[in-house]
Amino acid sequence: MLTNPLTKNIGTEGIATTLERYLENGGYRGWRKALQMSPDDIIKTVQDAGVRGRGGAGFNTGLKWSFVPRDEKAPPTRYLVCNADEMEPGTFKDRLLMENDPHLLLEGMAIAAFAIGARRAYIFIRGEYHLAAARLETAIEEARARKLVGTEITSTDFQLEFHVHRSAGNYICGEETALINALEGQRAIPRAKPPFPQVSGLWGKPTVVNNVETLCNIPHLIELGVDWYKGLGRGEDGGTKIFGASGRVKNPGAWELPMGTPIREIIEQHAGGMQDGLKLRGFLPGGGSTDFLGPDQLDLPMDYDTVGKAGSRMGTGTITVLDDQTCPVGLVLNLTRFFARESCGWCTPCRDGLPWAVKLLARIECGEAQPEDLELLREQAQRMGPGNTFCALAPGAAAPILSALKLFEQDFNDHISRGCCPYDLERQNIPLAV
Amino acid sequence: MSSTIAADTIEVMEQQDTDPRSAGRSLTAEEKRDIDREFSHYEDRDSVALEALRVVQKHRGWISDDTLYAIADYLAVSPTQLESIATCYQLIFRQPVGKEVIFLCKSSSCWIMGCEKLQRHLEEQLGIRPGQTTPDGIFTLLETPCLGDCDKAPVMMVGEEMHRHMSADKLDEFILEKKKHHADQSAD
Repeated sequence: MLTNPLTKNIGTEGIATTLERYLENGGYRGWRKALQMSPDDIIKTVQDAGVRGRGGAGFNTGLKWSFVPRDEKAPPTRYLVCNADEMEPGTFKDRLLMENDPHLLLEGMAIAAFAIGARRAYIFIRGEYHLAAARLETAIEEARARKLVGTEITSTDFQLEFHVHRSAGNYICGEETALINALEGQRAIPRAKPPFPQVSGLWGKPTVVNNVETLCNIPHLIELGVDWYKGLGRGEDGGTKIFGASGRVKNPGAWELPMGTPIREIIEQHAGGMQDGLKLRGFLPGGGSTDFLGPDQLDLPMDYDTVGKAGSRMGTGTITVLDDQTCPVGLVLNLTRFFARESCGWCTPCRDGLPWAVKLLARIECGEAQPEDLELLREQAQRMGPGNTFCALAPGAAAPILSALKLFEQDFNDHISRGCCPYDLERQNIPLAV
Repeated sequence: MSSTIAADTIEVMEQQDTDPRSAGRSLTAEEKRDIDREFSHYEDRDSVALEALRVVQKHRGWISDDTLYAIADYLAVSPTQLESIATCYQLIFRQPVGKEVIFLCKSSSCWIMGCEKLQRHLEEQLGIRPGQTTPDGIFTLLETPCLGDCDKAPVMMVGEEMHRHMSADKLDEFILEKKKHHADQSAD
C-alpha cells in the first residue's frame, strides 16, 4: 500500500522530479481518472475523505469546493488559486513540495479546477521562492507540451491555463481575501466576508483558494479512493502530512508522516530529540500564530481537532521547538515584532495593538517593566483576539503571547523582579537594542 | 470654512494624477514590451501593477518617484494606488539598493538559532544597519520575515540565492567573495 503519496517521487535532494519521472511513477493517473468522473463525484470524494486544509485552518476541502455555484445560472468564469505564499514563521513544507515535485501540485490543481469548473488557475507564490517558481513554470510548459493541461488536453474539451503569479514578500497575502486583492493588483488587505470567495472572489467571480499541500493530497486520493486515504491516518483525520521540526533539535527537517502522528515521535524520533545539554521547554505546533504547548502535551497526536482541544492549533504542522536555554520572552518578542511588521494596517486592533504589544514585551525582556505590565500585555493581546479584527492575523499574533503568559509565567515574573533577562545573552543572542 | 474644494483645484489635481509633472518620466520600449507580455495573464490592466513594478525594477534597480509616475501613467492607474502597492512588498525597492541585497531571516527559528548574533557580525563587518547600503554600493542589509528554510537555520537570501546554516565564518567568506567578484567586474 502506498503510504507516502506526497513525497514518493522526491528523490535526490536538489533535483526536481521531471515529467518523465513523474509519469513513470504513475503521475497524472489521478487526473486522467478525474476527467472520466463528474465534478460532483470528485467533490464528494474529496469531501468524504475528509481532506482538511493544510494551510492551517483545517477546513474540509471538498465542502469548500461545493460552495462554488455550478448550476446553469452560475457565472461561467471561475478561478482556482493555489496559495503558495508560505510565510508563516517556522513553516517550510510547501517549499519542499514545489521545489521537488512540481507536477504533483499541477495535477492536484488540474483536478480541483475541473471539479469546480475553473478554466484558469493561478499559483500565487511568494516572491522569495525563486527556485520553486522557476520549477513550476518549467513543469507547466512540460505538461502543456504533453497536452496534459492547456487548450488541447487529450480526450476532453475541458481547457485549463496556468499562470504563476510571483508575489513580492508580504505575509498578509497568505490570507485568502488579501491574496485575491493582491492578484487583482490592489493593495493586499483582507476583504469582509461574506461574500465568500467561493461565490464572489477574484474579479468578482467564484474562486477557490487552496494551500499547496492540500492540492498535493488530491491526485492520489482520486486515483486510490476514500478508503485508502482514510486508512493512512493514525487518528481522527485521514491522509498523511508533511510534519517538521526546527529549533535546537539534533536533526531538524520535514517528513511525510501519517496524520495523527504523536508530537513526541516527530520531535524525538524524526528530529532526533534535543541537542546535547538542552531540555524541551515548549513548542509551537504549527507556526508562529499557534499557541505554545508544554512538555506535558508531547503525547498529543497531530490531528486538527485534538491539538485544538489542547488549547492550540495544528496550524501548518511544522513544529518550532523552544529549549530551556533560550528566553521564552525573547522568542515571543521576536514573533510579535514579525506580526507588527506584517500587519497590513487595515484594522485598528492589529495596526495599533501589535506595536503596543511589542513595546511592552521589549520592556519586559530588558527588565524595565513593572509587574502591572503583564496584565496590560494580557489585556492588549485579548483585544486583538477573534471577533475584533478583519482577519486572523492579529488573533494569530495574540496566540503565542497569551499562551506564553500562562506557560512561562515564571520567566515573565523573573524578568521583572530581576530587572534583566535571566538568560545568557551572549550565548542566546538576545536582541539588546530595543 | 467651506470644506468643498474649488473646481479649478480639482482640475489641477486630476491633471497631476494622469499627467505627472513630466519630462524624463517615461518607460523604455523594452520595459513596455516586458509589461505588455504580462497583460494576457490577467483580466484587466490594473492587475499587472506588481508585475510592472518588478519588470521595471529589474531594469533600473529600484523604483524612484519618477519611475513610479511613469508606470502609473502606462497602466492608467493613479500614482497613489500604485504607491500603495509598491510599499506593501519587501521585494519592491523605493530607495536605491546595493548590488547585493542581503535579506537576513529574522523569524522565530532563525532567532532561536542565533540570527541576532549573525546580524551584529554583519553590521560590524559592513559598517551598516538594516536599511542601509555600504558606501561602495555593494551591500544592502535588510531584515526579512521567515524565508521558509527553518530546518537549515540561520539562513539568508541574497539575490535569488539561499545561504543556509550560516555562521560568522561563512559570512566573512561570503563578504570576501562578493567584494572580490565586484572588484573583478569593475576591473574588466
